[in-house]
Amino acid sequence: MLNNYEAVFIMTPVLSDQQTKETVDKMKSVLTDGGAEIVHEENWGLKKLAYPVQHKNSGFYYLLQFKADPALISKFEVAMKRDEKVLRWLTVSLDKHALEYAQKRIAKRNGQQAAAQEAEPAQENTVETVENKEN
Amino acid sequence: MAEQQGEIRFLTPPTVEVKQKKYCRFKKNGIKYIDYKDPEFLKKFLNEQGKILPRRITGTSLKFQRKLSVAIKRARHLALLPYVTDLLK
Repeated sequence: MLNNYEAVFIMTPVLSDQQTKETVDKMKSVLTDGGAEIVHEENWGLKKLAYPVQHKNSGFYYLLQFKADPALISKFEVAMKRDEKVLRWLTVSLDKHALEYAQKRIAKRNGQQAAAQEAEPAQENTVETVENKEN
Repeated sequence: MAEQQGEIRFLTPPTVEVKQKKYCRFKKNGIKYIDYKDPEFLKKFLNEQGKILPRRITGTSLKFQRKLSVAIKRARHLALLPYVTDLLK
């Protein structure tokens, strides 16, 4: 039987975009290989931490919502624990109220994305220029 | 008549506080799930040191206070909220 779960994890800020993507893909493959179905994913980007974790003051947040067999969760947690790029993670199972809330959240986000896509070209340009400055 | 019965009369009328009844905002607004991913909302239930406010101050019902405390603790684990701090707000 598949249950609904939600996982948030924080990756170290020293990673490049490529490396964060690889880490996320790795975590996703752990889930999908175990027969889980990923319902929703969100990239929160680089956020400041409320307190230092492993001497780091910021991190890349990523959210995964998935349907999985309960036995898979321990494997997923082990994969998280073994990966030293992951600072923190939290996996919670979703009850019916949480699921309802999550669906609303997804719908809201999709609505926002549709609105953002119209204004996307301008936004992307600004992001690129900022990156260039950093380099 | 009233004065004769010894009723106390004040020079300035005593101010009678009209207390606003506290209510549980989750029950009132029909919120069924408290999201740990929304630290700005959870901050309403913390004091300046980042401690969880008691029910007697916020008026939250017992059912939702329990859920709230779980949500706040999850947010703390994910470094969305601090465990201890000064001047949170």
